[in-house]
Amino acid sequence: MSTRRTLSAASAALVLAAAGCATPDSGLDAAGRHLDGRGPITYVQASDTAGVATKQVIETWNRRHPDQRVTLRQFSDVDELHDNLVHHFKAEDADYDVLGADVVTIAEYAAHRWLQPFKGAYTLDTSALLEQTVKTARYQGTLYAAPFMTDAGLLYYRKDLVPRPPRTWQELLGHCKIARERGMGCYAGQFAKYEGLTVNVAEAVAAAGGSFVKADGTTPSADTPAARKGLSLLVDAYRSGDIPKEAITYQEEESREAFEAGKLLFLRNWSYVYPLASSDGGSVVKGKFGVAMLPGVSGPGRTALGGQDNAVNVYSEHKATARDFLIYLQSPGVQRELLIKQGQSPVVKSLYHDKKLLDDPALGYLGALERSIATATERPVTPFYPAVTQAISQNAYAAIKGEKPVGKALEDIQAAILAATSEQ
Amino acid sequence: MAKPSDTTAHRRSRLGPLLVSPSLVLLAAVIGYPVVAALVTSFRADPSLKDGFFTTGGEFSGVSNYLHWLVQSCGGTSCPAGTLGDQFWTSVLVTLFFTVVTVSLEVLIGLLMAVVMNQAFAGRGLLRAVVLVPWAIPTAVTAKLWFFMFAYDGIINRALGAHILWTDGAWSSRVAVIIADVWKTTPFVALLLLADMSGIPGGLYEAARIDGASAFQSFLRITLPLVRPALLVAVVFRVLDVLRIYDLPAILTQGGGGDGHATTTLSILTVRQIQQGYGGASALSTLTFVLIFGVALALVRAFRVNLVQSEQHGMS
Repeated sequence: MSTRRTLSAASAALVLAAAGCATPDSGLDAAGRHLDGRGPITYVQASDTAGVATKQVIETWNRRHPDQRVTLRQFSDVDELHDNLVHHFKAEDADYDVLGADVVTIAEYAAHRWLQPFKGAYTLDTSALLEQTVKTARYQGTLYAAPFMTDAGLLYYRKDLVPRPPRTWQELLGHCKIARERGMGCYAGQFAKYEGLTVNVAEAVAAAGGSFVKADGTTPSADTPAARKGLSLLVDAYRSGDIPKEAITYQEEESREAFEAGKLLFLRNWSYVYPLASSDGGSVVKGKFGVAMLPGVSGPGRTALGGQDNAVNVYSEHKATARDFLIYLQSPGVQRELLIKQGQSPVVKSLYHDKKLLDDPALGYLGALERSIATATERPVTPFYPAVTQAISQNAYAAIKGEKPVGKALEDIQAAILAATSEQ
Repeated sequence: MAKPSDTTAHRRSRLGPLLVSPSLVLLAAVIGYPVVAALVTSFRADPSLKDGFFTTGGEFSGVSNYLHWLVQSCGGTSCPAGTLGDQFWTSVLVTLFFTVVTVSLEVLIGLLMAVVMNQAFAGRGLLRAVVLVPWAIPTAVTAKLWFFMFAYDGIINRALGAHILWTDGAWSSRVAVIIADVWKTTPFVALLLLADMSGIPGGLYEAARIDGASAFQSFLRITLPLVRPALLVAVVFRVLDVLRIYDLPAILTQGGGGDGHATTTLSILTVRQIQQGYGGASALSTLTFVLIFGVALALVRAFRVNLVQSEQHGMS
């Protein structure tokens, strides 16, 4: 009786196992299908990156293409979107046609062959776009996505206290006595243990000329003198108190609030802070702050690129419509509308040289943004981003708090990335 | 030739299983399938990278997913700090620690609250309603409320005149999670106990008083034994709840604190692993399931033994 039960359970398991097996290379086959397909499409993205203007832009498209309407579906945050997308991709589902993905997830999706590559007859012209943003959409030399919005880390500084923004860490730390005299914190970024810390640490390491992962996306390069120097910048500043101790709990919003409350002399944050700090009711720094490139070691530093790329689901049945929609979204007109109405940093080169936009006081950060993007470093580009960011943020967090020596933290990051990328 | 009554009995014996079968099929589909599917997945390899692209994965990989967690084997070497494998045993300990501490506190404070609410005084109805408020608030909201209160500029630091980074230290973050959980779920325990307590006849206390028992003695000898069944139910419920706790620490501390995972529970670890591979996540959730199942079984068994003992004790 009991053996029979075991047997039937085992056979049930076998049936399930067989059903769970996807045919190999199914993404490869799907990439050749439905390239001329037209019809209504669905566009998914995380709602924290979309404002009212995105919806208006889609409505305009729908008026012009009544037979190829776009339905927008939004998720509450990028993690939820990621997990949902993975479910749909694994099911080889055609429901989503265009997906707006955080730039760090492109490598993962592309490596699974879930994204429609832009090659052969199915190409996409990216010549009008910023070169650095196009890089975020490439994997193994092939274009898998269309840049849609970009973002760069900027140095916000109190121009009423520091007339000229520092170009290097040394200059920045030299100004810290002004902060000490006034009982303010000197510098803060995002140092809580989450993905934002990976960005901040990657920028510090890039400032010193280092990186965490080599160009192949799997070989770690964390245990190097340059990385040690970069991470030490943050560790030393935290130990000396130039980074206030509560900054270890800061994410984007907490650090912005601290800057707006006048508690910080320098802040590293994304471009969205500029309009808020200039207009928020509670902001005491209105008109008193400027924006510059991040500090480096011997010159300006390098920001990590944020933003979102749009890609076409390899299983979509309306790929011709999907591509037209991508081209529409990255057209200068749409990009300008999104910039003016919801402060979304454009990927089109020409907008950064548009006199009218540069003169707009609400967009006072545009120049610094363009200079930052031009020298940007990528966030670690790897199909194993969740594991890599985990390795970096956890060990860097311990190092900044002084619980782990810098050398040991980088050794552990090196080993953890190696373990994650070579596992199984 | 069979008598009519025989056929009816025979038909009835066949009708029973037939009537039950739809629910059995439903249970198999809703409960059986996911459990078996997770078990199967836990023995399969996650996709790996080959020439820059992922293989489909899914080949049989023996117990390697389990070894990954149990003995921290990461691709042949021991899992370095910063991998999820490295966090397995600490999250087991953290989960068990939360369980023991929060359930103990909840039972103690819950008893106290039940005793107070059981007294006759003006405004008792109001008190009973107010006590329910923390339990009625969704956990995600509770977690966010306490997140703001435990912030560096939050009300708790101001009230204490302290400058504690609550969500940052290993122990302070654990304490924060415990405080929030106790605040939220003690009312549940208190109301379960109150239901049994209010059913105790007043005559028992009166008799005890006449015999010269103190208030504490009658609490120990009358109240406690009589609310015991409700107490055990509350303990079992709460223990199982805390063993799979996810939302409160996930939102309050993001599983962080200390070296970065001082409040990472098994469920938080599982959710993180899902992003990195289903095989490993299935193995982890199976391990979590086994742990919770084991604890539940042990609890039920221990309490039943005690129940029998106390009955015998009462008879002798």
